[in-house]
Amino acid sequence: MTSSTLSVEGISVETTRHGSPLVLVDNVSLTLGAGEVLALVGASGSGKSLTCAASLDVLPPGTRMIADSVSIDGSVLQRSTLRGRHIATIMQNPRSAFNPVRTMQQHARETLSALGISTAEEDERILRAMKASGLDEPERLLRLHSFEMSGGMLQRMMIALALATEAPFLFADEPTTDLDLIVQREILDLLDHLKRERRLGILLVTHDMGVVARLADRVAVMDGGRIVETAPVTDIFLRPRHVITQRLVEAHLSLYNRSEVAA
Amino acid sequence: MSDLAIERTIAPQWLSVKLNWPTKVALGIIAVLVICAVAGHWLAPYDPNATNLVGRLQSPNAEHWLGTDHLGRDILSRLIVGSRVSLGSVALCLVLILGLGILVGGASGFIGGRTDQIIMRFTDVFLTFPTLVLALFMVGMLGTGLVNVIVAIALSHWAWYARIVRGIVLSLKHRDFILASRLAGATRVQVFIKHLLPATLSQLLVLATLDIGHMMLHVSGLSFLGLGVTAPTPEWGVMISDARQYVWTEPLLVFWPGLALFFSVMAFNILGDAIRDKLDPHLCAEHGH
Amino acid sequence: MLAFTLRRLLLLVPILLAASLVIFLLLRLGPSDPAMDYLRLSRVPPTPQALEEARRMLGLDQPIVVQYLDWLWRGPSLDFGNSYAPQRPVLPDLLYYLPATLKLAGVALVLALGISFPLGMWAARYRDRFPDQSVRLLAFFGVSMPNFWLGFLLVLVFSVHLGWLPPMGMGGWSHIVMPAFAISLMSLCINARLLRASMLEVKGQRHVTYARLRGLSEISVERSHVLRNALLPIITATGMHIGELIGGTLIIESIFGWPGVGRYAVSAIFNRDYPVIQCFTLLMVGIFVLCNLIVDIVYAWADPRIRLSAEGVQ
Repeated sequence: MTSSTLSVEGISVETTRHGSPLVLVDNVSLTLGAGEVLALVGASGSGKSLTCAASLDVLPPGTRMIADSVSIDGSVLQRSTLRGRHIATIMQNPRSAFNPVRTMQQHARETLSALGISTAEEDERILRAMKASGLDEPERLLRLHSFEMSGGMLQRMMIALALATEAPFLFADEPTTDLDLIVQREILDLLDHLKRERRLGILLVTHDMGVVARLADRVAVMDGGRIVETAPVTDIFLRPRHVITQRLVEAHLSLYNRSEVAA
Repeated sequence: MSDLAIERTIAPQWLSVKLNWPTKVALGIIAVLVICAVAGHWLAPYDPNATNLVGRLQSPNAEHWLGTDHLGRDILSRLIVGSRVSLGSVALCLVLILGLGILVGGASGFIGGRTDQIIMRFTDVFLTFPTLVLALFMVGMLGTGLVNVIVAIALSHWAWYARIVRGIVLSLKHRDFILASRLAGATRVQVFIKHLLPATLSQLLVLATLDIGHMMLHVSGLSFLGLGVTAPTPEWGVMISDARQYVWTEPLLVFWPGLALFFSVMAFNILGDAIRDKLDPHLCAEHGH
Repeated sequence: MLAFTLRRLLLLVPILLAASLVIFLLLRLGPSDPAMDYLRLSRVPPTPQALEEARRMLGLDQPIVVQYLDWLWRGPSLDFGNSYAPQRPVLPDLLYYLPATLKLAGVALVLALGISFPLGMWAARYRDRFPDQSVRLLAFFGVSMPNFWLGFLLVLVFSVHLGWLPPMGMGGWSHIVMPAFAISLMSLCINARLLRASMLEVKGQRHVTYARLRGLSEISVERSHVLRNALLPIITATGMHIGELIGGTLIIESIFGWPGVGRYAVSAIFNRDYPVIQCFTLLMVGIFVLCNLIVDIVYAWADPRIRLSAEGVQ
């Protein structure tokens, strides 16, 4: 599938608190191109994850979506078609994302069956995808359950499932948050590699500016449910315009005792 | 059930349970039951044991609001006085069960070690019996009669409560306030009574309230089988049993006592749900017996 | 898995032994005198000599340990002694009536599970809307209903009024449906509520969201991820239901004239026919423990977390 642009337009998410409506995401629009990483950053509660969830219509109960459209290469598509087929997802805490009662193979098979891929092709695709994710011994791993695997392996498995569907876009919601540092680095390297190799368009939701620096091409900063600034990554770090962006950059730099970025 | 309708919270001194309309109805029914149980003999329009073979098997009429049974006794009066047996036996059962449960479970948890293991094995044996079978066996051993039925049901239910109490005691035993109390010189018994008992009691009461309906059904079930009260004492289960031969001719005879049971059990179930929802919504109420 | 099953099967032995000990001891500690009851049931006047003879014949003059071991010894050869009343071997009589009871309890179990599943799923799918409210209301009534009263109500409606179903006796499905339903109602309601709660809990878990994100259809998600996981607590609950169903069967049998062990046992209790009471209790406990064992094995097989640790895999 060669798609080049994903457009999300006018997403708004609302909930009710104490009887009156509360807007959680306010008219957010973004575009994602093939082969680029757009990082969606912001503090907790700024609405980053909800934006992704709304785009794919997997909102948590109690929240509603108002006015929205998601289109690829200009044509609006239904959410149910988008999920898995055009946009794959990886999440934080991969352990809880897998059903502990089912094997990896069952997860993989059902993912591909949902896309209408024949059983013969399924197995081949899965093995290829697992190898591309850096998983050795894929045949053995397929027989395992989530509780028999480490966090890093599970995250790679999620990436493998995303690759196996050959979806052109990937939503990555805090994919490295729960992993230890070394594994984090490996996963980020893998994502970077996949971006270049397969021209994957990745929407990376994160609160970690270090991850942004490592992986992102463009950055959209969210605050209070709105996008306050969108810019290429170097501009974000060197010439942050909005006050929120400045605060994020400063906070990140202070962790390393620096006051400016070395370009 | 607590999601139904609007909720208004009224706070009596010791218990602020959400009083939506089902709970109010339930409390009303229970109040009526208690009044009947206590003052039944005065409230009943007729003597519940007064037979009148001439006027037997009457349908509900102006004189006998619910009719008369096969011996001419007024059904309404028998229902009212029968509440004493139903409520009284359940109350006695509860006391026995909680007493045994706290004693055995509490001691076991508190003492710990090998004694705990041994006592728990002993409790486990009781848990391998289906409750009604165990109750039947107990009646077989003790003989028939109401008191024996009460004891039998108590002896077949206590094991589960003992386990719960032990669990609570085990979880609280090593907390700081217990240690502080011991260091201050309290004997183990004193610590148990003053600190552990209140905590276990509140949780136990919630569970027990949820179980009251169940126990009423078991008591009346055994009485229905003829193993409980002796004639002519009025009891709802026995009344149903007496009426069975008249199912074809006088179906209402079977209907009234069962209805009384049904409403009573339902009232206690509503109350139990309300208390549980208030105090601990995550308590598992679906423990079967 | 096989080793796990075998180990659990072996555990049956000490469990049953312990139960038999409790049964035996409790009966001996009871207030009445077996010799007296024996004589009464054999219609022999209880003169002191008759009592002595009876005691000797029943082995009651031996120390308790000897009595217990003797009873136990005869167990494997299935000789549980003769009942006091008709002086017949106990076990064959019980086994004669047992299949009817098991059949009734079995059908009740099928009804309880079979009806509660669609109800629970329906209530979970339409949470807080009409299906959910009505199932919860129904369940609430069902849990409060005395099963013997329900039995009579069913007879009133379907036999007396409508004349559709026979009120008594054993036979085909028309004979079994009313008693089985009366027995099953409480467990049915409890199970429906449990399934609803279980499904709602699973629906909120992240692996369900992830399944949807991977593009699975709603039906697929519900089948493979929600239901599959929600069933686990139900399996455990089934063990408890079985105990309740056995108890219910014993009571309901008398209403419908169902020729099972219930009536036999109740009359033995009236007569204080100890050998029958002992054997009956042990038999029922054995069946209950066996059913729980099967439930445990099914659960261990269904939940890979248990299955794999049972097989010794880390």
